Amino acid sequence: MSEVKTMNLSNIPAGVHAKVTAVNGDGFITRRLMEMGVVPGVSVRMVKSAPFGDPVEVRLLGYSLAIRKNEAEAIEVEL
Amino acid sequence: MDESSHANITVALAGNPNAGKTTLFNFLTGLNQKIANYPGVTVERKAGVWKIGDITASLIDLPGLYSLETTSLDESIARDVLTGDVEGIPRPDAIVAVVDATNLERNLYLVTQLFEFGIPVVVALTMIDVFEKQKHQIDVGKLSELLHAPVVEINVKSGRGKSELVESVGKIVGSKPKVPFVAEADGENGNGNGKIFARYNFISDVVQRSVKHNDRDAHQLSEKIDRVLTHKFFGLVILVAVLLIVFQTIFSWATLPMDLLEKGFGGLGDLVKSQMSEGILTDLLVDGIIAGVGGIMIFLPQILLLFLFISVLEDTGYLARAAFLLDKLMSRVGLHGKAFLPLMSSFACAIPGIMATRTIEDRRDRFATILIAPLMSCSARLPVYALMIAAFFAGQTVFGFLSLGAVIMLAMYLLGILAAIVVAFVLKRTILKARPAPFVMELPPYRLPNIRTIVQNMLTRAWLFVKRAGTVILAISIVLWALMYFPRSTAEPPAIADSSTQQFPADTATTDLVPESQQLQNSYAGMLGHVIEPVIRPLGFDWKIGVALIASFAAREVLVSTLSIIYNVGKDENEESETLISAIRNAKKPDGSVVWTPLTAVTLMVFFVLAMQCMSTVAVVRRETNSWAWTLFMVGYMTVLAYAAAFVTYQGGKLLGFS
Repeated sequence: MSEVKTMNLSNIPAGVHAKVTAVNGDGFITRRLMEMGVVPGVSVRMVKSAPFGDPVEVRLLGYSLAIRKNEAEAIEVEL
Repeated sequence: MDESSHANITVALAGNPNAGKTTLFNFLTGLNQKIANYPGVTVERKAGVWKIGDITASLIDLPGLYSLETTSLDESIARDVLTGDVEGIPRPDAIVAVVDATNLERNLYLVTQLFEFGIPVVVALTMIDVFEKQKHQIDVGKLSELLHAPVVEINVKSGRGKSELVESVGKIVGSKPKVPFVAEADGENGNGNGKIFARYNFISDVVQRSVKHNDRDAHQLSEKIDRVLTHKFFGLVILVAVLLIVFQTIFSWATLPMDLLEKGFGGLGDLVKSQMSEGILTDLLVDGIIAGVGGIMIFLPQILLLFLFISVLEDTGYLARAAFLLDKLMSRVGLHGKAFLPLMSSFACAIPGIMATRTIEDRRDRFATILIAPLMSCSARLPVYALMIAAFFAGQTVFGFLSLGAVIMLAMYLLGILAAIVVAFVLKRTILKARPAPFVMELPPYRLPNIRTIVQNMLTRAWLFVKRAGTVILAISIVLWALMYFPRSTAEPPAIADSSTQQFPADTATTDLVPESQQLQNSYAGMLGHVIEPVIRPLGFDWKIGVALIASFAAREVLVSTLSIIYNVGKDENEESETLISAIRNAKKPDGSVVWTPLTAVTLMVFFVLAMQCMSTVAVVRRETNSWAWTLFMVGYMTVLAYAAAFVTYQGGKLLGFS
């Protein structure tokens, strides 16, 4: 169980906790995500996805954030 | 009047959305506030008077912000205020940073940026009651020490912290701000995001040393509520139910005050008529100003109710959930999830709907929403639909049980929605083309709305509506009245012209030209009607319908009263009146054929679904887009669409053998 699995946030099932390792890209979206607190080292939990599978709700730093799967794919996490 | 001219100092109020900034602003300023726009843009500029001992401060409410470094309009305005680059606002002497204690890290992010402006900062810690309820603990003294800034705990409900905040701001003004930390820009190959990372590292350290969090990931009340409200199936069912209730309420509750207002303006007109001597001034007052402005003012109850619901839905946090639930569906046609509520609101009236698009950050997404909002069938189209259906489709059924009138009415609403979907689809693939805007949206915790904030919001909106739409409508009403009033026909004996209470049997209206219709034919409006007749003949309309059409470009419901004047049944008759209905049915062209057929009626309705016939909406779109080009584009595309669809309806209908 010592092995660290790296994946992106869009693949995390509901209810699972993960730690952000990187936010890829350098555009506006990356910047906005980081400003909202999605920075390396922060713990996130996937809460649920919306009725048509997109967007998703994640919980971090004591608040809930909705992002599209597109954005979630840029967020690398480890379990 | 410049609200800051008599103030001694200027204080800026900054904070994240949902941090309780508006509530704090109202708490500090009371009713002493003003809303205007920042010069040249549509971002709202809210300022109020705040008494700090014997100092009078002008408190500037900055837009809700997550950051000061990205490119949104709100953020650049806030930056300009803080650097003193906005005309009419002196550089602030202090900043009150509103920080939600339950969401400390992300709220403190903005504060780390505020420190960099060299203005003294006081941190106002809100939601402290919720924070304590969740059994977290905070060492305010430690937090203040680490941030090098005063920290005041605020509870608006109990009044806690108000005097401490006044004291802290009073003390800090004029002092040299101490910066607790400077975020270093990263090296040459960095993308600038290193600064963000550094700020969050600093915050993480501050929070670890001053706050003891209870289990933060505990399933809180909001998450439990969301198990139902954003449930994959029940969430959607509940959303539909909420909307049905909202719109049903807007239509049913507003009926009584609307009737009263209508009667009130009618009574006012009669009163003026009876008290003043006959003449041009009386006619202008009664038929132009009171009728015109009154016709718009009767929509005020609906607007108030709509804003009541929008405020409640927004303040409770449900609006963000609606956007979350529907984003996927809306994105298929290129719209943002947040466009949903403005579009729904537009079924009541496009004006509050367009104003509600301000929650959409991306300019292209917002403009696409504004441009299609007027295609939703608003309540001003109802009298037109009702008149046409009553005249030609009353009492008929389809499949033996469905009322034909109801089916046609529903078809008109659906036509508007379909047109909006197609237009949005085309716009987002052509002139408003862009990569899909990011959907990064906070789902704020559910909260009970603050009644005072809601009432204040409603009153402000109502006043803006009365003031702004009122001035435009007033001007249009006078112009319209003058066009129908001048030049005066010489043959007309004035005594008969003014006796509008006189009843004419409907069937004589078309054969014997009575003075008022002769007046209309010879008026400038009548001339215009004849000028545009060749253009509208392919739609099956004659010059009289042309006059009513021109008039209805000021406001749609004007069609009914104009047709009333035209067919000589007195303009006080409403759309339910038998006489207007039979006058329309019996109206004959000079060659003896009927003017109106069921096909003409359907064509007219189709035209009304799609045409931009509302001066108030045009004025609001101009203000909200801050661009005549976009406003004229909207008027243009809607007119072309309306004409083309009406043409196809009429000519196609004729080919298919309808008459």
